[in-house]
Amino acid sequence: MIFRPSHFTAVLLFALFTSIVFGITQRETPRRMFRYGAYCFALFVLSAIVLSWVMYFIAR
Amino acid sequence: MPTQENKSSATPQTTQQGQQGFVYLPLIAGWLVPGAGHFVLHKWVRGALLAASILGMFILGLAMQGKIYSSAHEVLDFLGLIGDLGNGLLYFLSRAIGLGGEPVQVTTADWGTRFIVVAGLLNVIAAVDAHNLRTGRKAS
Repeated sequence: MIFRPSHFTAVLLFALFTSIVFGITQRETPRRMFRYGAYCFALFVLSAIVLSWVMYFIAR
Repeated sequence: MPTQENKSSATPQTTQQGQQGFVYLPLIAGWLVPGAGHFVLHKWVRGALLAASILGMFILGLAMQGKIYSSAHEVLDFLGLIGDLGNGLLYFLSRAIGLGGEPVQVTTADWGTRFIVVAGLLNVIAAVDAHNLRTGRKAS
């Protein structure tokens, strides 16, 4: 099986899996785990988008 | 007041549950098999989510033709090998079967290599979390 995602899909998958583990391991109650996981996911995706635009303008 | 009663009744139970058996069992089990450290502690949902995340990342890394580090000739290779070793039995099984692309030829293979390394690092974090639950350093 060969999987060739787009760059953005890879970012989303990476952010999803990593956020789940961060949420479970870094907080103690299920509610706080969910909130921290969602926070990490948003930060991963947003920072990837921002850095992509920064690199786009640096390359020009 | 009810909050204090809940706290006082939950603490001995957690401590009693955490003092049974070998202290390092959740740590070792969690390293060898993703999520197993939490399963040992009867944290079924957390264990399942951790296992799904780590296994999913590892399998997707392999599907992207990611490389599995087998030797360390340079510093970066050594760091990659350390990360891969975090996958426990998955790493040794993959090495034994011969999974993983060897030279990185396409971009997705480079991402896949990172996915496999990060899966190993996340597995170490999960195993340490199970150990902290076992010793009582983490409340629940």
